[in-house]
Amino acid sequence: MHSEDRRALLLHLVTLAGLFALQFLLPAYHHTNFARIMVLACYAMGYNLLMGYVGLLSLGHAMLFVAGLYGAGLSAEHLGFGPLTAFVTGVVAGSVLSFAVGMIALRTSGVAFMIVTLMFSQAVFLSTLYFSGLTGGDEGFVLQGAARRIHAGSIILDLSNRTTRYNLALLLFSICLMASFALVRSSAGRVFIAIRENEERTVMLGYDSFRYKLLATVLSGTMSAASGAAYALLFAYVGSTFASIQYSILPLLWVLLGGVGTTLGPLFGTAAMFYLIDFTSDYTSSYLLFVGLALVLIVLLFPQGILGTVRAKAAPWLP
Amino acid sequence: MTLLTTRGLSRHFGGLKAVDCVDFTLERGEIRAIIGPNGAGKTTLVGMICGRVVPSAGRIAFEDHDITHLSAWRRVALGIAYTFQITSVFANLSCFDNVALAVQRHATNGLHRSLADEVMQQLDRVGLRHRADVIAATLPYGHQRLLELALGLALQPKLLILDEPTQGLSDAEIAGFCGLVRAVTSEATVLLIEHNMPVVMELAHRITVMENGRILAEGLPDEIRADRDVQRAYLGA
Amino acid sequence: MTFGPHLFLALLEGTVAAFVLALTALGLSLVFGVMRIVNVAHGEFFMLGAVFASAFSSLIPASPALGFILALIASPLAVGVIALLADRLVLRRLHYQPEATIVATIGLLYIIQQSVLSLYGPYARPVPAPIEFRVQFPWFGYSGYKLVVIAAAGFLLAATWYVLMRTRIGLVMRATQFDRETAQAFAIPVERVYSMIFALGAMLAAGAGVLIVPIQQAHYLMGLDPLLLSFITVIVGGLGSLRGTIVAAFLIGISDGIISVFFSPTLAKIIATLFVALVLVFRPSGLFAQARN
Repeated sequence: MHSEDRRALLLHLVTLAGLFALQFLLPAYHHTNFARIMVLACYAMGYNLLMGYVGLLSLGHAMLFVAGLYGAGLSAEHLGFGPLTAFVTGVVAGSVLSFAVGMIALRTSGVAFMIVTLMFSQAVFLSTLYFSGLTGGDEGFVLQGAARRIHAGSIILDLSNRTTRYNLALLLFSICLMASFALVRSSAGRVFIAIRENEERTVMLGYDSFRYKLLATVLSGTMSAASGAAYALLFAYVGSTFASIQYSILPLLWVLLGGVGTTLGPLFGTAAMFYLIDFTSDYTSSYLLFVGLALVLIVLLFPQGILGTVRAKAAPWLP
Repeated sequence: MTLLTTRGLSRHFGGLKAVDCVDFTLERGEIRAIIGPNGAGKTTLVGMICGRVVPSAGRIAFEDHDITHLSAWRRVALGIAYTFQITSVFANLSCFDNVALAVQRHATNGLHRSLADEVMQQLDRVGLRHRADVIAATLPYGHQRLLELALGLALQPKLLILDEPTQGLSDAEIAGFCGLVRAVTSEATVLLIEHNMPVVMELAHRITVMENGRILAEGLPDEIRADRDVQRAYLGA
Repeated sequence: MTFGPHLFLALLEGTVAAFVLALTALGLSLVFGVMRIVNVAHGEFFMLGAVFASAFSSLIPASPALGFILALIASPLAVGVIALLADRLVLRRLHYQPEATIVATIGLLYIIQQSVLSLYGPYARPVPAPIEFRVQFPWFGYSGYKLVVIAAAGFLLAATWYVLMRTRIGLVMRATQFDRETAQAFAIPVERVYSMIFALGAMLAAGAGVLIVPIQQAHYLMGLDPLLLSFITVIVGGLGSLRGTIVAAFLIGISDGIISVFFSPTLAKIIATLFVALVLVFRPSGLFAQARN
């Protein structure tokens, strides 16, 4: 059992080292792409926590992402928070919202849970439009000036600098990845999987499944909000689109493609879809068509995703 | 010494009285078998005791705690463990991972052994030590029932409820099972729903007979065997 | 206009909306009731109905009435074929598992929606109404076509009820809904029934789209609002209850009409989405806890 753990840990560390090294190998254009991929992969990992490990399919995670996005963006823009404080604000907003939503939505399961989360997220999206005086609605707003500079002692980190962005994105990704890895291996992580596999049995072994599901929801929401907050601060744009249903569907797609219930799957899924969409938008503006096709094909032919298939066929130790 | 009592315990489903005003007592350290024709209310009664089913009326007391409305997972902490009539293990996990979940729950009191050692010991007890890495779904039926039993035992309960545990087992497996149950009584009280009469006669200290949601008769195996009403209930059915 | 007439106008608008919603939601409810799946692409069938109507009616530019009748017949049929394809190629292969089906129908939503965007363009296209006349009330004039919509939708609802309740095919469908296993034991070809139901659900939505398009114009995004409202209707009415769906459609259609006239439509939608979420959580059998029919 132990050598498997060590192998898995090594794989994760190698991946992180590889991502670090990548910035010296990639041409400039791709730096920003990868920074985006890494930040969005944190969103995917947050989603995977709930879907892949506990088995709860939410269709409303966009509301958690934008809790972070708007939490950070609005506090930076209207309250003058610096990037670090704004980031924390976004993360806390996500934690609180996911707790509140969890307390209500977790009374349902399966299809009802999907619909309830979808509805709550729609309400949040519509609210960003309704209160467009504050949020800028569809158009959104751009972060500037002091919101884009971190003061760490005598060093000033400029968030519009490509290298700074890349490495901060990598830092966030590393934290989220290792946190996921640790969680999955912990006793709580085992209970999450047990709930997914057989909830009634888990209850009859003495576990309060509601409490565990709520914990997973809050952890998932916190990670998703961290991604949203980072996205706002690093890429300087906040808008309603991120609250729309599309941004609840995308992490589902990323996780399915990369391998549901694997720690590294979300990264692969996010990167693959990002580049697929990048590639196809040279030819057509309706990239969502490919999102749709990808969803149908994956669910029909490839439900375990990239790493899921690898794990099933060759590497059962993959977490 | 009394471990469990129910007073006026009932469960209705619309007009149907699955369990009708049952007063039931369990003594510490005994092996009690509940028998009766299908639909007698055995699983429902036991379901209310372990918390899977909410009573319509009545009270349940376990070791002086009123557990009538206590959630199922809390009852496990108090010491009640239930094994399912239809095998309900974690099919896609290994035997080790299955039992680890049960052991880990109990581990809040601190273990003097590591988790892995404790799990292997529990698997050893039911004879599944060599199958620790086998995925539960691939086990033969008899071994899955053993795993189900292991899950119950690993919780180190005070009251172990077994719901038709020998169903589908071969004679050799049944013999092994009886040995296990007898070994358990030093630590736990056993409440057993069974249709297999030889097993009941061999294991039970006392037998409770149910019919139509009520207790028809209760007593020592020989008394039950001779009881007219019991004969009528079984022969009539 | 004073309040009274304003309210009357809102009621009229609400009634039109309610009838159209009843048709659309009935389709969704049938599919859920019999097949136990949620079709997230349902709104796109509505949109396709409208878009095809625009295409068909433009084939007979000389006579809007004939063009519309052609659209009313051909458009739902075309949408039905597409639905059949979707069922055969995708849903049947997934064995109608609930979560996989939802993911797949989300994919279908995007495929249909974006294909229409690519082929049809992002602009709304008007379709001429088959008849243009005004009904003159004391306080305002009202489009006569809207009253025709009410009549036509009412007719289609009645026709569907008749098929379901009084014909053999309807009996077969209801038997499959009631107990799938027993239906199979009676040699009812369950998978074929499912295909028929899925196509019927799509055609009902498409029919609603055809009726509404002279009022609303065809646009590739127009399926999203009907989807949301149908969802709300089916959940509030009680998943699996056709009668509940119809009753809920009227409640919601009329309230939506009224709230949209007097308040902001966005606010109306926010309230509606929160409302349906809370109903699902606290009263999952719907507000009209009906026995399943």
